[in-house]
Amino acid sequence: MGLLRRGPFRARRDGSVEVLLGDDERRVLGDVVHGFRELLLQPDDPALRRLFPTAHPDDPEADAEWRSLMGDQLLESRFATFDVIERTIRAEALTVDELDAWMQGCNAVRLVLGTRLDVSEDMAPVDEDDPDLGAYALYEFLAWLVDGAVRVLTGDLPPPTQG
Amino acid sequence: MLAAPSPVEVEEPDVDEVVDLDRPWVVIVWNDPINLMSYVTFVLQKLFGYSLEKATELMLDVHHKGRAVVSTGPKEKAEMDVFRLHEHGLWATMQQD
Repeated sequence: MGLLRRGPFRARRDGSVEVLLGDDERRVLGDVVHGFRELLLQPDDPALRRLFPTAHPDDPEADAEWRSLMGDQLLESRFATFDVIERTIRAEALTVDELDAWMQGCNAVRLVLGTRLDVSEDMAPVDEDDPDLGAYALYEFLAWLVDGAVRVLTGDLPPPTQG
Repeated sequence: MLAAPSPVEVEEPDVDEVVDLDRPWVVIVWNDPINLMSYVTFVLQKLFGYSLEKATELMLDVHHKGRAVVSTGPKEKAEMDVFRLHEHGLWATMQQD
């Protein structure tokens, strides 16, 4: 199957974005997002730290203040992207804003998955008998979704205001 | 009639502090092995209005040098920028220049 040869999204002339995912792919994504929502409520999971990084690495006091001010907002923002994905998981087409939420949500899941798998930039291909093979496949699936969303959304950016 | 106001003690501003407040903050994005290069470039375009060329240059700095300054400004702006970068899953920090 040409999973990686076609894109997951296609811009339409009316400004909406067609979702080219099959039922299986939609189910996988829906399940992943659903599971991830529960994981987010367990902030002790070390892989989640990647989603809530420090803003002030050299100043613990400023960092604690940062977390108390921004931590809940960041969590709410993540839930909002998952709400959009779950609400539109069967949609034939998305608005640009919904696609942006798909992109952010998929990227967040991918960050946690990649942290758990301890991926590196110059990683060797995964063996077929690797117990994490399924997780790596999911990781690649999410990369395909994020990159596909970026391709469509880049064409929709307003003209640059800097540089 | 009002009594003449008693002299008010004026506190001399602490020169260091004033300078401190004026020093801009810089927002730094750090390299990580997970975020896609295309995604990082797009996020920099989206959040800061950079051209594709500028965003690509910054992304490559992050990738090759390990970090890049992506914005500067007053503390409140830097905080908002860091928050939005974190929302998008980029590893960003802020510090005073």
